[in-house]
Amino acid sequence: MNNREKEEYLREYEVMKKKGKPFFPYAILKDSTMAVIVVGVIVFMSIYLGAEQGPKADPTTTTYVPRPEWYFFFLFELLRVIKPPWLVPVATIGVPTIAMVLLLLLPFYDRNPERNPLKRPIASIAGIMTIIAMAFLTFLGANAGSPTDIEMKVAPEFEPGKLVAAQSGCLACHQFGDNGNNGPGPKLTEIGARLNPAAIARSLEIGPGIMPSYSAMAEDEPAKFRDLVAFLASLNGEESSGEPDTGVAGDPGTGAPESSTTGGGDSSAAEPAASGSSP
Amino acid sequence: MPDLQKLLPPPMRRPPKPGHADGKPSEYAPGEAPDGKPTGLREGRTDDPGRRLSTKAQDAPADLVGWVDERMGATSFLTAMLMRKVPKGTNWFYTLGSATLFAFVVQAVTGVFLAMYYTPSPVEAYASITHLTNDVFLGEFVRGMHKWGASVMVILVFVHMARTFFFGAYKYPRELNWVIGVVLLILTMVMGFTGYLLPFDQRSYWATIVGVNINGTGPIVGPYLSDFLRAGPEFGATTLSRFYAIHMLLIPGAIIALIGAHLYLVVKLGTTAPPWMRADRKPKASRSEPVDAIANGAGGNGSAP
Repeated sequence: MNNREKEEYLREYEVMKKKGKPFFPYAILKDSTMAVIVVGVIVFMSIYLGAEQGPKADPTTTTYVPRPEWYFFFLFELLRVIKPPWLVPVATIGVPTIAMVLLLLLPFYDRNPERNPLKRPIASIAGIMTIIAMAFLTFLGANAGSPTDIEMKVAPEFEPGKLVAAQSGCLACHQFGDNGNNGPGPKLTEIGARLNPAAIARSLEIGPGIMPSYSAMAEDEPAKFRDLVAFLASLNGEESSGEPDTGVAGDPGTGAPESSTTGGGDSSAAEPAASGSSP
Repeated sequence: MPDLQKLLPPPMRRPPKPGHADGKPSEYAPGEAPDGKPTGLREGRTDDPGRRLSTKAQDAPADLVGWVDERMGATSFLTAMLMRKVPKGTNWFYTLGSATLFAFVVQAVTGVFLAMYYTPSPVEAYASITHLTNDVFLGEFVRGMHKWGASVMVILVFVHMARTFFFGAYKYPRELNWVIGVVLLILTMVMGFTGYLLPFDQRSYWATIVGVNINGTGPIVGPYLSDFLRAGPEFGATTLSRFYAIHMLLIPGAIIALIGAHLYLVVKLGTTAPPWMRADRKPKASRSEPVDAIANGAGGNGSAP
């Protein structure tokens, strides 16, 4: 906006204000009505939805579902949409940061003096697309269940390990055959073909990237942990009915699992991909 | 009949009135001007003790307000704020900001009551919530209000922002208020994140582990940020109290300060008119004025256009 447009706006605004009504009581009345509605809705939700307490937090547990509050679903779902491990920082930090900066600086790059949403189609369409994208991701997150059953056929000696994996929340982020969520973690259907048992055990203990560490289980219940590692190491994709996993270019020789997701070196690669998907 | 004024400390006594300076009795009869005509100012002021007391009781609120205002000078500010005009066409969309503020007030009040019973230690946190939920009078209700109030506030923040975006209300001269609003949005999300751990059940514990790990994947500052949140490289005993302090001291303080700045700018700059309203349409304006006058004369329905 140049100075002429600024003055024009201020003059017009002055006229609009003169023609308006006093804040008290007209606007106050609407605000108070809205306040009563807000409190009413909160009271209603508190009475009918309650505040249930889940089971107590237990760091040594083997059954948990790491799910955020619903208004973080859209951020969490980004991790499922953006799969390759080296792009994880893009989803976790890159896209949200760029979106925040774009939001914060909006008045400084949108210099169009027009205010009517119908007369600034680019801004309006961008806004609507952002809302649709966030609503869609939230919807996906709300429906991404966390199954606790793995239907793959395995040799009898690996059955105990399969049970541990099914009950340890792995399915919230990993896919085993047809079960589990495909992301944020990689598919584990043929993890045994890519990693040796020692590397799998180290992965579980470290908790690479955003994955929680299972070192508590390794210390407190070593038998369970050994079963889990044996089961994972036995997975070579033969029993799987799913597609072979092409998303993860894991190198079987290095024995270094998804730990490449940590560290700042990926930030340079993050930018082009992020600018394409940010609003 | 003792003089009630004597009971008050000197600064709080009613300012001397004409004819009653320094508490000395007037040489004129009460309620009369020096020339003997009634002034109409203090007709009830006689020596009848009962009437004097009732008059004083009636005057007390006004006197108190007067005393405060003499020192604060707030009346002119309040009058200017309440009587300022909002532009023509202001409608229900303009209540979203105050609704968000009200949701925050609900969170603040319920949060104070929750803090009275909550113990931010990993050993006792869960039990203190169980006690609050099951034993304390209305405990579960207040906790439910705080829990669902958070969702309501997040929704209102986003809807308020969408309204500001589509109405172009972030443009000149209100750019700074948009920036403050975005910071408030981020702080509200931080409140949601830090508050989620406090119930200390399985869901909140493991979600927070993943959330902190997500912060750790950020470039350069990421690992430091997650170490700061955890109070160390591992989730430990002080992590919970750290989240608690951030949730109930640090962020609320910042939010209150920024809401103050946000409201100051709203009052100073005024709320926008809806973008489809125009002031310069001469024929329309001249035609609508008598209609407005009639509408106001007939009881002035304050409904939105």
